[in-house]
Amino acid sequence: MTQMVPNSTKEIVIQTDPSTGPWRDAWRSFSKNKVALVGAGIVLFFLLLAILGPYIAPQGINDQSLKDRLLPPSSQYWFGTDDFGRDIFSRIIHGARISLWVGFSSVVGSVVAGSILGIIAGYYGKWVDTIISRIFDIMLAFPSILLAIAVVSVLGPSLQNALIAIAIINIPNFGRLIRSKVLSIKEEEYITSAKAIGMKDVRILFSHILPNSMAPVIVAGTLAIASAIIEAAALGFLGLGAQAPAPEWGKMLADARVVLRNAPWTMIFPGIAIMLTVLGFNLMGDGLRDALDPRMKN
Amino acid sequence: MTKPLLQVEGLKKYFPIRSGVLAKQSGYVKAVDNVSFHVNEGETLGIVGESGCGKSTTGRMLMRLLEPTEGKVTFDGKELTSISSTEMRKARREIQMVFQDPYASLNPRHTVEKILMEPLIVHNIGNAKSRKKKVHEFLEIVGLSSYHAKRYPHQFSGGQRQRIGIARALMTNPKLIIADEPVSALDVSIQAQVLNLMQDLQKELKLTYIFIAHDLGVVRHISDRVGVMYLGRMAELATSESLYEEPLHPYTKALLSAVPVPDPEHKREQIILEGDIPSPSNPPSGCTFHTRCPFRMEACTSIVPKLEEVKPGHFVACHLYNEQVQH
Repeated sequence: MTQMVPNSTKEIVIQTDPSTGPWRDAWRSFSKNKVALVGAGIVLFFLLLAILGPYIAPQGINDQSLKDRLLPPSSQYWFGTDDFGRDIFSRIIHGARISLWVGFSSVVGSVVAGSILGIIAGYYGKWVDTIISRIFDIMLAFPSILLAIAVVSVLGPSLQNALIAIAIINIPNFGRLIRSKVLSIKEEEYITSAKAIGMKDVRILFSHILPNSMAPVIVAGTLAIASAIIEAAALGFLGLGAQAPAPEWGKMLADARVVLRNAPWTMIFPGIAIMLTVLGFNLMGDGLRDALDPRMKN
Repeated sequence: MTKPLLQVEGLKKYFPIRSGVLAKQSGYVKAVDNVSFHVNEGETLGIVGESGCGKSTTGRMLMRLLEPTEGKVTFDGKELTSISSTEMRKARREIQMVFQDPYASLNPRHTVEKILMEPLIVHNIGNAKSRKKKVHEFLEIVGLSSYHAKRYPHQFSGGQRQRIGIARALMTNPKLIIADEPVSALDVSIQAQVLNLMQDLQKELKLTYIFIAHDLGVVRHISDRVGVMYLGRMAELATSESLYEEPLHPYTKALLSAVPVPDPEHKREQIILEGDIPSPSNPPSGCTFHTRCPFRMEACTSIVPKLEEVKPGHFVACHLYNEQVQH
């Protein structure tokens, strides 16, 4: 006969991981996404190339060997050589540094500027919002590359100015994203409750509204790095970005145009490098979107 | 005990209605229209009414989360409606609020510890160590454990979250707590727990509550006095017993007759009101209730009834109890 066990009076404590924060949850879901991990892997690979470039590259970027002009890929020159007999493999490795630098810093620039403008527009509303939003609309009315060309032609062609131009043209994208997020978050009850506690506007903005609107910005930012890299390459191709002899990928494509028929590798390898980096950032961005978007949670 | 802690006089909130391309103002929504009442120290004033009657708007105006269009709010001898917004922010230390939705009123990215510590940081109370101690102390007071401090809101149930919301309101040792439908988002079994917790806290910490709700049973359970609102106006205000035992206003009668009685044999007379609540942007003239009132008189369509004391402590805004208007 079984005996009834009296109910334990002790409180039942269900142990959950005490530190399951929203970011940790996002990481867990991200790490389950294989495609996103591949993207992150590609990004990490190029990041390592950029950091370790000078130590890995078999030759200097400007080492010319005129007898070795336009050689096809071989065991000595893995990706062949260009018009001046420079090793394309080494130049691509160095180019990673330029592209990633342009991608990251221009996006950081436009995220910072866009966030500040977007927060002001979204939180204070009224005429401030009208002015900022209309400026965004005007900027968005131009095709971005055209606007970038206009900015560079004002500032003068250089890598630095191309970076600034790319940062400027992306400001309205982030500005509008943050503004819309702030608009929805400021109506949340935890913002009202923060006000009810007696909190100052600045604290509400930076401690409550900003952290809660960051998730879509991270996603858009990752994807924007990809397009910034393409834009930088495009400006380089047009002669408005990096100037010779910098091993910028877009510039390498432009230089390869002349010899394309005889030496296609001069164009193929920089092209593949651009494509891979952009693909990596896009896959990672999509993965982040799935991980950070609460609607995707099951 | 009978000293009024909060005095509200002629409180109004009109929201402008804007229409057209140029956002021209085409009218008002009279969300709260000339509401006056007072709350004594240590008591609980319940405010009931259906959705859209202005009870939450009233609560928010008391803390100036919404700026009143007109009216005077005096708290503890200080006129809240005339001070600057900086001073008002400081005054919120004394008046705190508990919100309806425990899922929305806690920042999902902050741990419970951070949520509870924030009122102390904002009002510059104590140092890091004493704040932490106080957080743990209040977690225990509201029936949670101090090891819950490191967790995030999504790891708690609705009732537990509401306890966190209550703890947050208590952190600064306020005198008055405005509870805006604090239990309507919770299960009935949890409602009772939270209500009992609030009552215990009231006794222990000598709190004064303004309890806004639409559930008449809940309000009766917790309130000393109850105000009934209809379309932005106070229809009746009386002690809990006298309001529930002997409602005077026809609207209150109808409301109370709709409360379910847990007895299948019980035969009750239910007063069914005809029609819907009129739009607050175009409220009926005179008594706003006259379009649905079974006892409508001539005067009701033209004269706005004043909230008058017809019995000691029992106020009602209805011409039925005003002999001058009747004859």
